[in-house]
Amino acid sequence: MRKIEPILAVLLAAAMIAAAIAAPWLRFVLTIALAKGIAVLGIMLLLRAGQVSFGHALYVAFGAYVVAFLAPRLNDAVLLLAAAAVGAGLLGLLIGLFVARYRQIFFGMLNLAMCMVFYSLLEKLYHITRGSDGIRVEVMPVAGQALDRVAYEWAIFGIALALALGLGILLRLYLSSPMGEALAGIKTRETRLEFMGVPARGVLLSAYVISAVVGGIGGALIAMTSRHVTPLLSYWTASGELVFIAILGGAGGVLGPFLGAAAYELIRVYAAASFADAWQMILGAALLLVILFAPGGLWGMAGRLAGGRGR
Amino acid sequence: MAEWFQDNGLLLGLALLDGLSSAGLIFLVAVGLNLVFGVLRIVNVAHGSLYAIGAYSAASIGIFLASLGLPGWASIPALVVSAALVGAVLGPLIERFLLRRIYAQEEVVQLLVTFALFMVLEDVQKLVWGVQPIHHDTAMTLLGTIDIPFAGDVIPFTNYQLFVLPGFAVVTLVGLAWFLRRTLTGRVIVAVTTDREAATAMGIDASRIYLLTFSFGAALAALGGALSSPTAALVPGIGAQTIVLSFAVVATAGLGQIEGAALTSLMMGLGRSIAVYFEPELEVVVPYIIMVLVLLVRPQGLFGVTETRRV
Repeated sequence: MRKIEPILAVLLAAAMIAAAIAAPWLRFVLTIALAKGIAVLGIMLLLRAGQVSFGHALYVAFGAYVVAFLAPRLNDAVLLLAAAAVGAGLLGLLIGLFVARYRQIFFGMLNLAMCMVFYSLLEKLYHITRGSDGIRVEVMPVAGQALDRVAYEWAIFGIALALALGLGILLRLYLSSPMGEALAGIKTRETRLEFMGVPARGVLLSAYVISAVVGGIGGALIAMTSRHVTPLLSYWTASGELVFIAILGGAGGVLGPFLGAAAYELIRVYAAASFADAWQMILGAALLLVILFAPGGLWGMAGRLAGGRGR
Repeated sequence: MAEWFQDNGLLLGLALLDGLSSAGLIFLVAVGLNLVFGVLRIVNVAHGSLYAIGAYSAASIGIFLASLGLPGWASIPALVVSAALVGAVLGPLIERFLLRRIYAQEEVVQLLVTFALFMVLEDVQKLVWGVQPIHHDTAMTLLGTIDIPFAGDVIPFTNYQLFVLPGFAVVTLVGLAWFLRRTLTGRVIVAVTTDREAATAMGIDASRIYLLTFSFGAALAALGGALSSPTAALVPGIGAQTIVLSFAVVATAGLGQIEGAALTSLMMGLGRSIAVYFEPELEVVVPYIIMVLVLLVRPQGLFGVTETRRV
């Protein structure tokens, strides 16, 4: 399964491009799916260490608001993406120094707390953030080129796809490096890891900072695509959604988050279109079905179809 | 200081009274969550939905009784009846058909199952009770108000919020402490919380204890919701708000700690209402600041016990 991963990734990318050409509204949905998939890569990294963050929407919202705030001054998509990544990384380092000391429910709840604090700041500091009205993001130049709306949307889609592939490859390398292998050690027996001289807190902190960076990038892409940011990006249910996508995709490979995000967004769009009041219920029911009947997620299902042994 | 008190004394008095009554509500919900976590080792995200369903059913039953022409006092026992109903009907249903299938799974998966359940129940509420605010405050208006002398002045406050809410919390606290320490079933619950394996090896029927504890926890959540229903209009989203606050209480108090949950609820209730009157922007942030400060000093929670590290 691991060997055919690159081929599958190329096939998936090709399918996405084909779908985006065939139906313009799918281009929007798929860009959001790619952006969320990038953010979920970080969740997957922490899951590897057995830790669930119920607050990573914080970094997504942070990246999105970096774009909204800086767009008037730093009017270029590429520069804004870099700013969001660096900003989210620094915030992740700051918070990570604190939360990497905790495990299990305490880790999850502290992340949730940070996320909710950010949410309420966004909501209450009306004179800066315009509260729940949110901030509009205008169409911006990409790498110095001023584009019309359609070309801009294509450009953001292209950047999201390229970043998804690039970050996917990088994280795959990271996971197979000693640092990445040590992450799995935190899950099984942290004490033994420390007996071997590996600083568990440092390993978790590095993964945490990476997860914050990809969260920020995902958030920036979401802001550029939906072109409107609101505090709801940082509400705790948005964090739950990220964990949801990670489990839906299956925490096996780096492709899982993207499979999960694409499936999630498509189900959501269809469910919202056909049953306006019950889309949450349909998503929840889908998640229950996956957990009860397909424990390996979509990635595991793909593995079984391919005849391999999952991972 | 004296001058400040002259100007703000009344506000402070009102904040303290408000804090006391909201602490009572927070405690009822959080202690149920804590109990369920202690025994089942599952962080039940759907606990917030049970709170909301308890609130909505209390209002519905109250309105129904009024339409039968029964006197207003009938809506007071209706609050308790609706909580018991939710606990007795939804509790066993959820435990038997959903949670029982996932006890052997990873923590992440268990968390996600309850999150999915939360999403489903959230839409069920909207389908059953609609999205318009529901208001039924007979129980509160019936009991009237009391003038409390404070700092040479009087504060009018409703009897319901002053006596009923904290009263239920105190009765629950004392009753629960007595039940867990003095009765056989209670001691069995404590035994399962402390060491599930040893307890089952002694011949304790763990599955019966799970069912009992979960239903009881569900009833407590519903009781919190039912008691809150006369004090505020019911709108979609109250479940989501309540559950994050209860998470903060449980993590701050330490897992499985009843007295700790009471003290933490008091701190958070008072802290929040003082913020409402003096720095409204901080209202939502205060509980999380308390949580972070407590966990900085005591990483296992206020009353939590440090677990020995396994090698």
